[in-house]
Amino acid sequence: MYRSHVLVCGGTGCTSSNSLKIIDKLEEEIAKQGLSEEIKVVRTGCFGLCALGPIMVVYPEGAFYSRVTVEDIPEIVSEHLLKGRIVTRLLYDETVGKDEIKSLNETDFYKKQVRVALRNCGVVDPESIDEYIAQDGYQALAKCLTEYTPEQVIQIVSDSGLRGRGGGGFPTGRKWALCAPNKAPQKYVVCNADEGDPGAFMDRSVLEGDPHCIVEAMAIAGYAIGATKGFVYVRAEYPIAVQRLQIAIDEAREYGLLGKNIFDSGFDFDMEIRLGAGAFVCGEETALMTSIEGNRGEPRPRPPYPAVKGLFGMPTVENNVETFANIPQIILRGADWFASMGTEKSKGTKVFALGGKIKHTGLVEVPMGTTLREIIEEIGGGIPNGKKFKAVQTGGPSGGCIPANLIDTAIDYDNLIAMGCMMGSGGMIVMDEDTCMVDIAKFYLEFTVDESCGKCTPCRVGTKRLLEKLDKITKGNGTMQDIDDLEELCHYIKENSLCGLGQTAPNPVLSTLRFFRDEYVAHVTEKRCPAGVCKSLLSYAIVAEKCKGCTACSRVCPVGAISGTVKNPHVIDTSKCIKCGACMEKCRFGAIVKR
Amino acid sequence: MKKKISTLPFRGTAEQKQQLLEVIDKYKSDPSRLMTVMQEAQEIYGYLPVEVQQVIADGMHVPLEKVYGVATFYAQFALSPKGVYNVSVCLGTACYVKGAGDLFNKISEKLGIGADECTEDGKFSLTACRCIGACGLAPVMTINNDVYGRLTVDDVDGILAKYND
Repeated sequence: MYRSHVLVCGGTGCTSSNSLKIIDKLEEEIAKQGLSEEIKVVRTGCFGLCALGPIMVVYPEGAFYSRVTVEDIPEIVSEHLLKGRIVTRLLYDETVGKDEIKSLNETDFYKKQVRVALRNCGVVDPESIDEYIAQDGYQALAKCLTEYTPEQVIQIVSDSGLRGRGGGGFPTGRKWALCAPNKAPQKYVVCNADEGDPGAFMDRSVLEGDPHCIVEAMAIAGYAIGATKGFVYVRAEYPIAVQRLQIAIDEAREYGLLGKNIFDSGFDFDMEIRLGAGAFVCGEETALMTSIEGNRGEPRPRPPYPAVKGLFGMPTVENNVETFANIPQIILRGADWFASMGTEKSKGTKVFALGGKIKHTGLVEVPMGTTLREIIEEIGGGIPNGKKFKAVQTGGPSGGCIPANLIDTAIDYDNLIAMGCMMGSGGMIVMDEDTCMVDIAKFYLEFTVDESCGKCTPCRVGTKRLLEKLDKITKGNGTMQDIDDLEELCHYIKENSLCGLGQTAPNPVLSTLRFFRDEYVAHVTEKRCPAGVCKSLLSYAIVAEKCKGCTACSRVCPVGAISGTVKNPHVIDTSKCIKCGACMEKCRFGAIVKR
Repeated sequence: MKKKISTLPFRGTAEQKQQLLEVIDKYKSDPSRLMTVMQEAQEIYGYLPVEVQQVIADGMHVPLEKVYGVATFYAQFALSPKGVYNVSVCLGTACYVKGAGDLFNKISEKLGIGADECTEDGKFSLTACRCIGACGLAPVMTINNDVYGRLTVDDVDGILAKYND
């Protein structure tokens, strides 16, 4: 028995800011103080509040230390762990109450969250099967194998109302039910962990923080549909996730939770990891299967659907990581419990990755139907630096931008679609007034042009043409006709592309056109970028009244575009200016403006 | 995605080839393992020049065209060598809105190379990567295994200087 547990986040965010060195130092200092028998250091998965990393929590007190450095460790060990005096200076300020420290669950970031998929992240040691079992791990699998028929398992999942968390939102139970009756010599369960949306990292966090729940859920899916073999397709860019998942698979095999005759039920199931190699289109289910088979990851036309003819030509069920992460809890706590959360057609909770211009970047899990305002202002802490909220982008390159006036919309699959957006995998990038919406649309199109696999013409050529038009507009050469052409081409690409990538690629353009058309028009008719982002449309000027003639700007200008004499106002020669902005950064009097 | 194909001569060693053949031997019975072999080959050589692709094609009993096709399809496979220090700037959305584009340009200017290029002395190479998932630290770049977060353009000189020994 240990009197105290120190949980240190070992997710990618915190590892990137040195949490592993912090763990080493902690263990060293604890040993130095002779406390090794009394205090246990646990490297956990992601806590979610990545903005404050590296994160460390000491139990039983629940003291939440944030932005910890290696240098802070001796103090934490000698003061807190040895003498029991919490180092208040290092606590997350929201947890510091008047006389006592507040629990994490009372902070704005956590209090509205409901953790189902992330329930073990930041709680258990992901490299220990025993800790997972202690949290009711593998009980759901046992229950399925010993108490339920495969049909009953599918019924429970169907009744729960769970829909695919990877993007489209297809009902998971129905997906399983479509595959189950198909007879074949071999069937497969595939876990899609090719998290490609830039700005989304919930799948990675689940794999890093709670890999066993994916192993368990895949075995349950295997039992339900009659598959004995599973594949997890993970991005090679997620080394920590891959390593922990491999450890989890090995441990599960050792405990007989994977392999032959699991729980003496006669059910066999085993799984292996396949590494992706960085192709966004592989997040599309048929492309992913083509990739596992060792080919260029190009999508296949449907039908036949994977439930009939999927991986290696056999019936296959493919679900996303977060979808699987909900399964064990649904089995243990029942379909009614799950269906009691959320909205009419979107049940349960959803994990969002908050990023961009927001105070608390990180992972949050909230019931479906939570409003954007609650997520951004309450949980996310709002926009930093006193800037104004302008829009939030959801669904990555397949999604769209939701403007500030729709901030009270309840988030679920159908509301997002109605706004021309998409749940996607749950990336949420917050943008403030300094973001140009045309530039953002262009950014996403650059991405899809890069990632279009080239198989079908609407996507290969169409996205390229869209990008050219957007480029023309941001350079100030666009016409009103270009805006109309953009819109027409968007609809054409949506209707004619082979797979989800092409069908959704125009969404960033369409949604910004819908909600921010005035910005497009300003670029075209006034040759002006309202947010001051598009370089070709900007010019720098010096406000004569504010300029003190200190010459700092003319000295820093790389092209000698600024002239003037000491103590007299300077001027910028716009024909020479390359708009690098160096002068503006240098000016101490705020005399240089961008317009 | 268009890839830069290196014109630098291939400098593979016998030892590297031996390692590659062992990898091929382990996986050759399963054609779906082509990508695994290529990933491990890239671990061995740092990139996949045509000479290495040929060995893989022969070993896995597939045409060279297929290996080349897979190599050019996935972003992870490099057809140009990497520098001793590979600078990789994340241009994912979260980093982009926090100014990663400027960061990339500054480094490119400083090193005198563009994306997927390697300096002549073989010391630095530069890549633009997709989201590495450290969005909480945006904007982020990595140099080999070191991660630098919450960067500004002004940090670039100091960080690169650390590797200029």
